[in-house]
Amino acid sequence: MSAERIDPREPVSPAVSAPAADAAARVAGVQIDGVTKRFGDATALHEAWLKIADGEFMTLLGPSGCGKTTLLNLIAGFLEADGGEIFVGGRLMTETAPYDREIGVVFQNYALFPHMNVAKNVGYGLRMRGVGKREIDTRVAEALALVKLDGFGERKPRQLSGGQQQRVALARALVIRPKVLLLDEPFSALDKNLRGAMQVELKEIQRRLGVTTIFVTHDQSEALSMSDRIAVMSQGRIRQVGTPDEIYRRPLDPFVASFVGDVNVLPGRLERRIGETATVLIAEGRLSVSADTLEGIAPGAAVDLFVRPDAVRIAEGEGLVSGTVATHVYQGSHVDVLVDVAAARGGRVTVRVPGHGASTRWPVGTRVSLDFSPADAVAFASDVS
Amino acid sequence: MSAPRKRLISAKAGERILAIAGWSAVWLVVAFIILPAVVVGISAFNDRAILSFPPQAWSTRWFARAFSYRDFSEGFRNGLIITAFASSIALVVGAGFAFALDRYSFRGKMALEAVLTSPLVIPHFTIGLGFLILAAQIHATRTFALVIVCHVVLVLPFVMRSVYVSLRNLDSRLELAAASLGARPGRALFTVTLPLLIPGLFSGWLFAAILSFNEFTASLFVTAQATQTLPVAMYNYVREYADPTLAALSVIYIVVTALVLTIANAFLGLGKVLNVEHVR
Repeated sequence: MSAERIDPREPVSPAVSAPAADAAARVAGVQIDGVTKRFGDATALHEAWLKIADGEFMTLLGPSGCGKTTLLNLIAGFLEADGGEIFVGGRLMTETAPYDREIGVVFQNYALFPHMNVAKNVGYGLRMRGVGKREIDTRVAEALALVKLDGFGERKPRQLSGGQQQRVALARALVIRPKVLLLDEPFSALDKNLRGAMQVELKEIQRRLGVTTIFVTHDQSEALSMSDRIAVMSQGRIRQVGTPDEIYRRPLDPFVASFVGDVNVLPGRLERRIGETATVLIAEGRLSVSADTLEGIAPGAAVDLFVRPDAVRIAEGEGLVSGTVATHVYQGSHVDVLVDVAAARGGRVTVRVPGHGASTRWPVGTRVSLDFSPADAVAFASDVS
Repeated sequence: MSAPRKRLISAKAGERILAIAGWSAVWLVVAFIILPAVVVGISAFNDRAILSFPPQAWSTRWFARAFSYRDFSEGFRNGLIITAFASSIALVVGAGFAFALDRYSFRGKMALEAVLTSPLVIPHFTIGLGFLILAAQIHATRTFALVIVCHVVLVLPFVMRSVYVSLRNLDSRLELAAASLGARPGRALFTVTLPLLIPGLFSGWLFAAILSFNEFTASLFVTAQATQTLPVAMYNYVREYADPTLAALSVIYIVVTALVLTIANAFLGLGKVLNVEHVR
């Protein structure tokens, strides 16, 4: 049930987490076997292993330069791997040219052909396949209807808004009935409201068509809201693969914990480890957390406890740490109460309180005790960054 | 309190002086740019058979002579032939090199680029003289081929630059998109790359054509009586006569070039929009 760490030394593809397990047992939509890519002396991708189930929505999430776009370009065939193999629908793709891969790509800037109208753009892939004119017209109309752009066929791309261009790019990629749909930061150029609407729409279209989708983004909330599973990447390595919930609640390393969502860090010390359980001492208390993430760490070593703001409660009685309310950040559906806690890294703990009563209940300057369930805390050796 | 106000006023005055000086400079430069054309344009209508200014009496007879003088009409025809070949050959060769320089890295790339742009630093008379010496070796001094080859070399850097800039502005992701949609390299070239490069190719060709048609220095060396171009014919004319025929010819020249450019601009306007659109 726990998320899986990808071990590059083990040439067996990672086990798939619970919700997607059935899907992965079927034919893999995409399989990445130890793929490496170097640019000169720099290694952009270190032996990536990843298995994406047929019909799955997989997100490659990470900061810029983490290798996610490199991996996408390797799958599309725009780059050649220096090692490893890529399978799509069970077929080895490593030696296949991009024009024979049957992969749909939506680019960050959409890359619509400026000299063709919308219908010609969408029909391009069909013309390259020698599809008959009447069938092209039908399928282009269907694709445009799918993205709610009926009747836009005669427009030129420059006459469309960003969101509409996005839809055309999506229609153009889907009309060829690709084995895999690749999306490279497709929403980064859209404003926030439109982005939210497009996310929902893309997700619905993807689910309806059941097309295996690989989505690249640096936006963690986008990744959490859209994906069946997420592969978190950093510095050319896949750090963790799991469902959004696993990634969010059971991060396997401090990088994943801090990249995906806000986090509070409480420095402490590992007291002892018995089986699956580790006891950690922090400023005012002691708690037992999962030992999964502390393998090889000796008792007495410094560890950091990572706790999400929504897992922290302001305690009625005694808590695990205490501090003084410094300020409230009103967020509409919730309030972030920032508490000065001497024992916390950065001297602050963020507590996410649902509703809007937090500022009257705990005014600035109130001494509060903070508590959280050990199940919501993850411990990592503190020298690992 | 009064000190800052004083400074404010003087700053305003200074600004005004600067503005006047600036505009005067601009107008002076503009005047000097168009002055020769204006003087020549007026001289063309001088009735007297000398190049004097301003004219005392007016006539359009020199325009008639410009059109009827045989060396001019032949020079014009020769010029058109040479220009058409030279700029078209330069376009194909220059586009090929620009493509290679933009897309591939290879040994000696810098050296190749330097050689291809060297006609910009080598004087035209050197190039003309060099070709003349070479042509004399193979007894080809009276051929159109000699003039055309010479002009190709002269205009190549300009064509290359123009195509190179267009290639740089072309978003390479458009070609990747075409590939991902199943276009083999050849089809992607003809359906995506070339259509988007056409404005750049055309403006490169046009630039080359204007340069070639007006080229004089090198042409003086490599042309013979049978192959002389209009500028060379004009030079030969002015050595014998000093009447306003050349001024009349200049007016015709300017009007025709302006017409060609206006038409080209109307045509290129569309292409420019295309170019701007996919520059991020």
